[in-house]
Amino acid sequence: MRYTKEHEWVRLDGDVATVGISKHAADALGDVVFVETPEVGKTVKAGDSFAVVESVKAASDVYAPVAGEVVEANAVLASAPETVNADPQGDGWFARIKVADASALDALMDQAAYDQYLTTL
Amino acid sequence: MSDQTLKTTPLNAAHRALGARMVPFAGYDMPVQYEGVLAEHRWTREHAGLFDVSHMGQAKLTGADAVAQFERFVPGDYGILKAGRQKYSLLLNDQGGIMDDLMAGKPDHDGLFIVVNAACKDADFAHIEAGLQGDAKLTRLDRALLAIQGPEAAEVMAAYEPVLADFGFMDCARLMLFGADCFVSRSGYTGEDGYEISVPADQAERIWNTILEDARVKPIGLGARDSLRLEAGLPLYGHDADETTSPVEAALAFALSKSRKERADFPGADRILKELDGSLSRVRVGLHVKEGAPAREGAEIADADGKVIGKVTSGGPSPSLGKNIAMGYVSPQFSEIGTVLTVIVRGKPLAAEVVATPFVANRYYRKPKS
Repeated sequence: MRYTKEHEWVRLDGDVATVGISKHAADALGDVVFVETPEVGKTVKAGDSFAVVESVKAASDVYAPVAGEVVEANAVLASAPETVNADPQGDGWFARIKVADASALDALMDQAAYDQYLTTL
Repeated sequence: MSDQTLKTTPLNAAHRALGARMVPFAGYDMPVQYEGVLAEHRWTREHAGLFDVSHMGQAKLTGADAVAQFERFVPGDYGILKAGRQKYSLLLNDQGGIMDDLMAGKPDHDGLFIVVNAACKDADFAHIEAGLQGDAKLTRLDRALLAIQGPEAAEVMAAYEPVLADFGFMDCARLMLFGADCFVSRSGYTGEDGYEISVPADQAERIWNTILEDARVKPIGLGARDSLRLEAGLPLYGHDADETTSPVEAALAFALSKSRKERADFPGADRILKELDGSLSRVRVGLHVKEGAPAREGAEIADADGKVIGKVTSGGPSPSLGKNIAMGYVSPQFSEIGTVLTVIVRGKPLAAEVVATPFVANRYYRKPKS
């Protein structure tokens, strides 16, 4: 699993990356009440705002960690947005992206680097 | 960190000990949540929630002419207000715009006890002081303010002082409570029954911890305070009302006392009386957003044809109703209950409907007529 500085995680299976927000991000947001997932078929660039997560208080953008085409959005989040809090790095995933260039993940932080990054915040 | 410039309430250490998440609010380091906004919201609606609202401004206005002097700033009739009662009112500028909303009451026989919003308090008190005439004197009170709100609040407080059970909504008194000199009113800003208790700053932590010993009571942060007041249809000053909005536009005309309207002797009376006669360009309404994301402050409101007719001033999910609600301003012709509108969230028009407020029925304690 790799992480961005904006607290998205990404996990690669073949050429499909599953993307979500980190436990740190989910805890910081508090109770998630709404998730707007991206449309399947949409092409995204790394760093594009491609989803929105809303707590009781505010809406926050979620950025695509890698470029590619959205091939699946997590339908569970429409009816059970609280899944993001319950299992942010598992069942609470946001979308799956067919990546254009898998090597782009190498530029992202691994677990140790992300843990270290969190201590600097 | 900029936190060093933030002011703190006398309960700051108590919040930290409870594991609160602290955020800057109106210049203060305040607890936004302890356990979580949704859980705290629901606990308050079902049991009793304890809030630190010590950031709000408290003052006494005293002097033989205090009540008449106070009326020069507000549209309420405080002359006829009985001792032991308080009343919601509005600080108005000369254009009839709302400078702040406030509570003022007669808890003792020594003028008025006034509570104003945190973000406005310095400006409010300076404005009042600058306009006072004669021997009336404003004294800022450096006290803490607690609110206990929820259906079990009355039982909790009756265990400490039985007389509090006999208070009706908006009754107030100065009395000894927890061995301290307190101003207490049966009021609040959540739509629930409950009390606001002004306590000496050096007694605040002891009293806060004592009330929390009751298993029916949990500490509640500003996050849930906001979602509770939104459900109760209560405006948040600086968002749902500001210096440009009048009491009529803000749907707060109930704060205009009949006698004061007849006398037309409050700031901005010209404009406000014209608006009451129907010359109104916008009015605050409640909205049920029927699909999609919550509509937040700043979202545009459009009519059924897509023409923008107003803006959301606060909104979000209603934990009690399980749907998205909002308040905003629209032209009066779109303010009828049931009017079909849309709100535009991230470029998408979402179906919305004008609904009555409060969104969640209030449960203020009205004393049976004796």
